[in-house]
Amino acid sequence: MREIDVKEIIPIVRKLCIDASIYIGKDVVEKLKEFQEKEESPIAKEIISIIFENQRLAVEKQMPLCQDTGVAVFFIELGQDVHLVGGDFYEAINEGVRQGYKEGYLRKSMVDDPIIERKNTRDNTPALIYLDIVPGDEIKITLAAKGGGSENMSEVKMMKAADGIEGVIDFVVDRVKRSGGNPCPPIIVGVGLGGDFEQSALLAKKSLLRSLTEKNSGTKWAKVEDEILERVNNLGIGPQGLGGRTTAIAVNILHKACHIACMPVAVNIQCHVHRHKTAVI
Amino acid sequence: MPGTKYLQTPLKDDNLKELKIGDKVLITGTIYTARDAAHKRLVDLIEAGKELPFDIKGQIIYFVGPSPARPGMPIGSAGPTTSYRMDPYSPILLDAGLKGMIGKGPRNKEVIDSMIKNKAVYLAAIGGAAVVMAQSIKEAKVIAYEDLGPEAIRELKVENFPCIVANNIYGNDLFDEGVRKYKK
Repeated sequence: MREIDVKEIIPIVRKLCIDASIYIGKDVVEKLKEFQEKEESPIAKEIISIIFENQRLAVEKQMPLCQDTGVAVFFIELGQDVHLVGGDFYEAINEGVRQGYKEGYLRKSMVDDPIIERKNTRDNTPALIYLDIVPGDEIKITLAAKGGGSENMSEVKMMKAADGIEGVIDFVVDRVKRSGGNPCPPIIVGVGLGGDFEQSALLAKKSLLRSLTEKNSGTKWAKVEDEILERVNNLGIGPQGLGGRTTAIAVNILHKACHIACMPVAVNIQCHVHRHKTAVI
Repeated sequence: MPGTKYLQTPLKDDNLKELKIGDKVLITGTIYTARDAAHKRLVDLIEAGKELPFDIKGQIIYFVGPSPARPGMPIGSAGPTTSYRMDPYSPILLDAGLKGMIGKGPRNKEVIDSMIKNKAVYLAAIGGAAVVMAQSIKEAKVIAYEDLGPEAIRELKVENFPCIVANNIYGNDLFDEGVRKYKK
């Protein structure tokens, strides 16, 4: 058994929040370059160049890539041989978020009550925390800072087995079509299949953690991803919805077992400011 | 891009007449920020027959909630937020004299019709290019609704702030025409 003081987690979370908001992943850059070369629309090509300029300026000026620095979503793998001491684990994560969003000059985008009061909590807490217990004595913390514009274009649908894979693909493509320019394309399409109502949504969000340059390990799912990507890019939405061939730069699928009566399908849309960072303690 | 045009605020009908969708425009002058919560308050004031916190005639509203400014900087990152959330409010502000809006994503028919009626335009800024946008903002001050935090109304002094004409005063729509052109 390994003892870990939860206070050790605070500066790690703080750094994850700041770094994720400034430094874009190499996989995103690589995919954007690949699509810019193939792009037919001059406006679309220029928009992608401006996105690259933004990525460069963010690092130079140490400013967040996007003013919407997101809701702080954490995927945590907690080793079962870890004994947490020194305070409340969840509060330590929230304290890290509080410090990171303040010291990184990041926007505080959380309201306490979703409908009636909608009062800003002023420190970007509470974070959303998903915890998995895994073998080992380490803690793996992944932050996915999720912007509101792309999150709003996401959806869960309880489909039926008779809809088949074609029905699933049609739904995902239609979801992207209905999103148009709203989620800041070029986007990444996260798809969660199976589980139940809420797990499909979680799978869709988790699927976005896979590197965009890494193929799906299941050959049949890799083919489905390719088909969705091609159909989505045939929609003509393009960067920012102003027309072009680059609507999405990747489609990521995650799937799980489900009930005999059900076929849950979730789509989580991610904008080109695709922020996630991982630390291991 | 097809052509670059320069716009000075407050906007004049003559400058807007020549704008075509897809034109790149560079804006210089004063613009105002407002998102969902501030829009609701502005519309509530209009409906109650009260005065707005700024003179809206000929002005541009930028749909943005910037990140906090680092010391010595006028503003933090400041890219556009999604415009459709402002669709229920925009026609009322256009009727009150608003001439331009900056945001991202398409507008609904009511807003486009109101832009034709009021000879106003909608300009697309690039979502997620928030550091680039911030470079054109030289001054920023909160002029209303400080309690809303990032959603407060700010008066911005901008120089050559870059946008693309998405809807002109004739009802043309780049979101519609651009997509049709590249659809397969």
